[in-house]
Amino acid sequence: MPTSTPADSVGLVQPQQFQFDQPLELACGRQLDSYSLTVETYGTLNADRSNAILVCHALSGNHHLAGYHSMDDPKPGWWDSAIGPGKVIDTNRFFVVGLNNLGGCHGSSGPNQPNPETGAPYGPDFPIVTVADWVQSQARLADRLGIQQWAAVIGGSLGGMQALQWAIDYPQRLRHCIIIAAAARLSAQNIAFNEVARQAITRDPQFHDGHYYAEHAIPKTGLMLARMVGHITYLSDDGMREKFGRDMKRGKLSFDLSPQFEIESYLQYQGERFSTAFDANTYLLMTRALDYFDPAALYGDSLSEALRGAQCKFKVISFTTDWRFSPERSREIVDALIDAGKAVSYAEIDSPQGHDAFLIPIPRYMEVFGACLGQVAADIPSSAGEPLRCA
Amino acid sequence: MRVDLDIIQNWIRPGTRVLDLGCGDGELLSYLATHKQVTGYGLEIDHDNITACLEAGVNVIEKDIDEGLATLRNASFDAVIMTQALQVMHRPDQIIDEMLRIGKECIITFPNFGHWRARSYLALRGKMPVSKFLPYTWYNTPNIHFCTFKDFERLCVERNIHILDRTVVDNEHRDRWWLRLWPNMLGEIAIYRITR
Repeated sequence: MPTSTPADSVGLVQPQQFQFDQPLELACGRQLDSYSLTVETYGTLNADRSNAILVCHALSGNHHLAGYHSMDDPKPGWWDSAIGPGKVIDTNRFFVVGLNNLGGCHGSSGPNQPNPETGAPYGPDFPIVTVADWVQSQARLADRLGIQQWAAVIGGSLGGMQALQWAIDYPQRLRHCIIIAAAARLSAQNIAFNEVARQAITRDPQFHDGHYYAEHAIPKTGLMLARMVGHITYLSDDGMREKFGRDMKRGKLSFDLSPQFEIESYLQYQGERFSTAFDANTYLLMTRALDYFDPAALYGDSLSEALRGAQCKFKVISFTTDWRFSPERSREIVDALIDAGKAVSYAEIDSPQGHDAFLIPIPRYMEVFGACLGQVAADIPSSAGEPLRCA
Repeated sequence: MRVDLDIIQNWIRPGTRVLDLGCGDGELLSYLATHKQVTGYGLEIDHDNITACLEAGVNVIEKDIDEGLATLRNASFDAVIMTQALQVMHRPDQIIDEMLRIGKECIITFPNFGHWRARSYLALRGKMPVSKFLPYTWYNTPNIHFCTFKDFERLCVERNIHILDRTVVDNEHRDRWWLRLWPNMLGEIAIYRITR
């Protein structure tokens, strides 16, 4: 077991649980009478609570952004490459907040957590929540932490959609909005891939209409297939060719259906691993939140109109080989922001890694991202007083 | 501040909305934001310049102007500026049309290929002019569409473009009274304010 964590790591971290008993009205018309959010924070909240950054997670992410849960933890949090002392999101300067969104499967209220009314897991009865619902719950979390205005809300992919929703729904509660590898709405192709994933899960005999917990079953095959399809959309054609090409495991064809190409076993491995670590109902719910996201819909289909009331400064970043949410989709956001007269900058990072690039510390990406965070730091109102230790 | 930028900033009214095509490190936009409460965006393709803009807090959009500006609405800017970039465009005439569509007025600066030094270089040496100011050789230059003041003004006549202001500076961006006597021979950088 290692005896220390890397010097630029936030080190050993522990999640906290926040219980909320004020009912949350949801977009679907239902409400959650009470709910709980699993949260991690890094760095120190300053005296006037003005240096807080919210990082929103994507489809399979969670509250564990950075650092390690124990000394023998093999991997740090999912965005450890960007968050830590001296890193792009510098925990010496910022107080960073990550949470597991409602409907998630890593501790927050969701399908795999007990429904307070019955004591049994919610399963498929957990409401289909939307990006706007998440943002509303995140605003409640900000209230609880005493954060009136975020220095920045940042997210990649589905996380970027939450950042965008924040700018629309709570214009006075953030100074900067950083949207990475996202889109203002899904395309028919995006929804199509999500539907394949959902069909794979719901048609798995082990799914039991979502009540698999009671059956002590897991729709492993379905979840694995869903992840395999999803994973293909996270990589680029070029990236796959570079990494796997037509490389073979044993160097020759075996004229049967066993995995022979490296890409086959890679996808199977990724799918297998995911199927034991993630909850199928959460996967279904998250893909629906993606499908439903369309902030322009409430504004006559005009994203510029939706953004008219926004007050923060925007930074939008995309990656050249991302075909899940291509640069074109980011440019739609940028165009709407220019049209609405909002402060916005945009960079398109050249990378072969496809959609996954947003998690990879590509030098130019980190340079651009760092310059954005420099502005976030510069816009923190100068304060007297000593930093507060956060509870 | 560079003299051509100083001349341009004098032409921009306070509180207006400006688009700077090929904004470089954002010097002009930064000045306009601080001193004239101008809101603006710069379009830029060079990575170092984009980072410099981000660090300076200038709104910068990574974009290849040659791909067109179709997503920007008609008359959505008070002024559209392009300094020293017209000669690297694939179709300068089309970009000028686009600038006039998007902006109520446009400010364009470009190197004058009718300057006496360029003329004599080609006339006496029989080779494409290379100078400290335009240091590239013909095969590797980004400057693919040189023109002279006369050429530019003829384009304006053909396309019904009104010239609101024109001035010239030398290659150190200095304003000299004698440049105005014979601009197409003596001026090295042209600065035009145009509208339709």
